[in-house]
Amino acid sequence: MDGISAGDTAWVLVSAALVLVMTPALAFFYGGMVRRKNLLSTLTLSFAMIALIGIQWVLVGYSLAFGSDHAGLIGSLEHLGLAGVGAAPSSYAPTIPLLAFAAFQMMFAIITPALITGAFVERIRFSAFILFSLLWATLVYDPVCHWVWGEGGILRSIGALDFAGGTVVHITAGFSALTFAAVIGPRRGYGRASFEPNNIPFVVLGAGLLWMGWFGFNGGSALAANGLATHALVTTNTAASAATLVWMVLSWRDGKPSVLGMVTGAVVGLVAITPGAGYVTPLAAILIGGVGAAISFYAIRWIKGRRRVDESLDVFACHGLGGLWGALATGLFATRSVNPAGADGLFYGNPAQFAIQLAGAVAAIAFSVAMTWLIARVIHAVVGLRVTDASEQVGLDISEHGERSYA
Amino acid sequence: MTAKIEAIFREEMLGEVKDALHAIGIVGMNCFEVVGHGRQGGIELTGRTGSYQVDLLPKIQLNIVLSDHNVARTVETIRQAAYTGDEGDGMIFVLPVSEVLRIRTGERNGKALSYQDDIDQRTQGA
Repeated sequence: MDGISAGDTAWVLVSAALVLVMTPALAFFYGGMVRRKNLLSTLTLSFAMIALIGIQWVLVGYSLAFGSDHAGLIGSLEHLGLAGVGAAPSSYAPTIPLLAFAAFQMMFAIITPALITGAFVERIRFSAFILFSLLWATLVYDPVCHWVWGEGGILRSIGALDFAGGTVVHITAGFSALTFAAVIGPRRGYGRASFEPNNIPFVVLGAGLLWMGWFGFNGGSALAANGLATHALVTTNTAASAATLVWMVLSWRDGKPSVLGMVTGAVVGLVAITPGAGYVTPLAAILIGGVGAAISFYAIRWIKGRRRVDESLDVFACHGLGGLWGALATGLFATRSVNPAGADGLFYGNPAQFAIQLAGAVAAIAFSVAMTWLIARVIHAVVGLRVTDASEQVGLDISEHGERSYA
Repeated sequence: MTAKIEAIFREEMLGEVKDALHAIGIVGMNCFEVVGHGRQGGIELTGRTGSYQVDLLPKIQLNIVLSDHNVARTVETIRQAAYTGDEGDGMIFVLPVSEVLRIRTGERNGKALSYQDDIDQRTQGA
């Protein structure tokens, strides 16, 4: 254990705490956007995820994602119950205990399915939510995490770059959200009634805490307290700033600079820089964040305009497309001058990297869509995905939890 | 005889309406926060990527019960204080009241509605 660095370990543990806070932050980010009768329900979908995956990761998740490789597709079962994961360092992070790495990674495993909850708020049956979350984490997140980050994982082997989870977290969550929204169907009155956010200050609070937590998400992904962690923190902040300003301008052109829009832009910028945070320059981060915001802005407008799928809280438009753009942009802007352990992208003379990024994204998208569709259909057949119409009208706070937000 | 005024107006005008009513000696009142719409039909608010229609807007409903002979002056005072000239200024309704009873004293009707330095005492004094 001579290789353990106190500084590195401290930073990764603090980063784990920062990333943990992102899930309750997400609860408020989403909770503020639903109607008042579903506020507690929406908060709970994120909060309960901490507990659900907090157990799932210890029991099987970590082992499936980071256990010894099987065919590039999945980890072994050798670390069930975190067996053999302790104070000794590993090849994943040579200067911190393997258990610190596992704990840090647990927080990613928690927030990823929590992101999906934005697709089915205001109509999901709570028991169906629990089943879906556990199955999705085990059958979608853990394998894709292994492909991209696990030693021997197929996407890692072909050289796909994903610094902090553009593919593992945001593409899987975003495309799964769209798929799930299509299976569960729209909220009652979608397209006719106005779904006014019950508390935009909660959304602002949530976005602010997400922004802070993202320093741990991306900065901590350096797995050391070093220059690369610092670089990732700076690119993260830069991209979020650019995206906030772009969204502000786009909404201003239509009337007024929307607060809800600006904080949404911030999150999209954070999503977009996630895969490239430790591979691209701060100037590239401005482009990645700014273009990401424009993509998501027009995607939401297009999706909401067509009213075919009730993508309720725009998880696909923000995380799916933001993550896809970020993954591809990493193939454009990555440079070894930032991170010698990375690769050069298209703009640095290596067009092959763009193709690798595209292949990785396509694989994650295809797998996420197919598996989410299957899991959702099965749960729908067994227990039903939706609450009854009457419950939906009363609101999930009362119908699913027997509680209300305000007396 | 007594009457009830139900005045529904912009929430931001409550301070001015109260001040104007105190100035003419209206002492008793209560008010609610209500939502609704009339001809104005609501407003557009800004969303993530565009606007959406909000049809029920917050308003204040102020209730005053008073003697018939004070109604005309009170209604005109409310109207002037709550007026902006734009759609959404609100409405004033006047209803007959069949009985008023003050719980503490058991006084009824006109007596129950009299206060120190209220609109009637001021008019008599003048």
